[in-house]
Amino acid sequence: MAILETQELTYTYSVGTPFEKTAVDHVSLKIEEGEMIGVMGHTGSGKSTLIQHFNGLLRPTSGKVLLDGKDIWENKEKIRDVRFRVGLVFQYPEYQIFEETVYRDIAFGPKNMGLDEAEIKRRVYETAHDIGLSEELLERSPFELSGGQKRRVAIAGVMAMEPRVLILDEPTAGLDPAGRDKILDHIRHYHERTKNTILIVSHSMEDIASFADKILVMSRAKLFCYDETVKVFARADEISQIGLDVPQITKVFGELRRRGLDFGKEVFTVGYARDLLLRQLAEREVR
Amino acid sequence: MLRDITIGQYFPGDSIIHRLDPRFKIVMTILYIVMLFTGDNYICLGVGAVYTFGAILLSRIPLKMFLRSVKPLLPFLIITAAINLMFMNSGDVLWQWKFIKITDGGLNTSVFMVIRIVLLIMGSSLLTYTTSPITLTDAIERLLSPLRKIKFPVHELAMMMSIALRFIPTLIEETDKIMSAQKARGAEIDTGSFTTRAKNLISILVPLFISAFRRADELATAMECRCYHGGEGRTRLRQLRSAPRDYTALALTVLFLAAVIVLGRLF
Repeated sequence: MAILETQELTYTYSVGTPFEKTAVDHVSLKIEEGEMIGVMGHTGSGKSTLIQHFNGLLRPTSGKVLLDGKDIWENKEKIRDVRFRVGLVFQYPEYQIFEETVYRDIAFGPKNMGLDEAEIKRRVYETAHDIGLSEELLERSPFELSGGQKRRVAIAGVMAMEPRVLILDEPTAGLDPAGRDKILDHIRHYHERTKNTILIVSHSMEDIASFADKILVMSRAKLFCYDETVKVFARADEISQIGLDVPQITKVFGELRRRGLDFGKEVFTVGYARDLLLRQLAEREVR
Repeated sequence: MLRDITIGQYFPGDSIIHRLDPRFKIVMTILYIVMLFTGDNYICLGVGAVYTFGAILLSRIPLKMFLRSVKPLLPFLIITAAINLMFMNSGDVLWQWKFIKITDGGLNTSVFMVIRIVLLIMGSSLLTYTTSPITLTDAIERLLSPLRKIKFPVHELAMMMSIALRFIPTLIEETDKIMSAQKARGAEIDTGSFTTRAKNLISILVPLFISAFRRADELATAMECRCYHGGEGRTRLRQLRSAPRDYTALALTVLFLAAVIVLGRLF
């Protein structure tokens, strides 16, 4: 059974005013447990609105969101539990930090869950380790940290709730390449350790190609496509038509194919491209 | 939700009301308030209502939006009505309980007051609905400019107002975002007991203040980078120019005001 499912999900902003706008239009999709999914789409394509439905921050105008096969809005009182099971990290999450110490800020979510001190402590230390924050940082004020560290504190704050689905809205926006790689690495390790479902919204095709099993593309409030990474990037032409890009290395190999050098496979990452080329060269030498 | 707050919200449009000179609109709104408060019988109020609904009709903004602007002031209306009902003791007694007396005079006054206030809110909402905040402060600056002679900082005041107005939607959006983020971490903000809600308010106020200060700092730097040095010798991108229709509208308003004054004397 799919862990997260939407059925004909539709959301309209400011109903009944001149600003009325449908941000998500009849989206139906299923997300299986343990998958790592990349979410792509233009600014205003409805992807942020869509992900805010997954943890019940927004209530669908029509349609349903199912978590473990159960409509999350069936019991309005229980919506808080949904937020503990589906963790959502917003864009620029460091702006939501408010506590005096890093430890207390990470503990905010677990505390709201009503866990006991020992369990909270275990979770804070574990997630701090997962996201690469050293223990001596925990007693510092979060406002003294660097931008990248603050970002990781905020992500840890959601991870510490140990949600079965973790959604991150552009976790690397505005960071330098080193900070970006670090965060993505930590998220990847977290995924390997916990086997939890992860959704990452990103504008960087390179990033998405490097981690995603599946890609979800939103365009003009509609679900444009939702498929395995290979199949989505194989539709490079359509993707660039809606104004998105495929990884640069994919473009290079597409151009090579057009010039008669077909490797028979889609290429998304530089590492894979290097291996492929080296193998081909080795084969030629053997011949 | 927070974003549905309408006070001071501008509804873009191209109606005759939208196109009126904002300076005239402000003067007309003042005359309108005078109109509502000089007339003390229902006929005068009727004239005021005709003026209000006529203008609303011309603005082509749905009536629903005006009703929505009254909604936040509902508690205030109820208190006003209740006070008038209890403490006005003229006319026949309709109902009595211990020291509380409800008379037909009191009932009359409270109905009258409620209608007057509703018209006042709807009419003044029309000004902010049809005039963008920036043109509004421009107009205020122009109208107050004679005060510069007595060293009153008109430009600084107008600049402060436009910055404040400009940042209301931004701050609302920011609050909305921070609230969502804390709710995603299980904070109870619109549910839960009073004490937990009050405690959770801190989780919103701290980030909000930090971001407000950051924004103020960035804005100051950006203004200095573009050599902002106050109002001295500053020219405007949009010059305010009055057209014949502005004078017609003003004349019409004065006519209505005169009618109300005359009708108030007659009846």
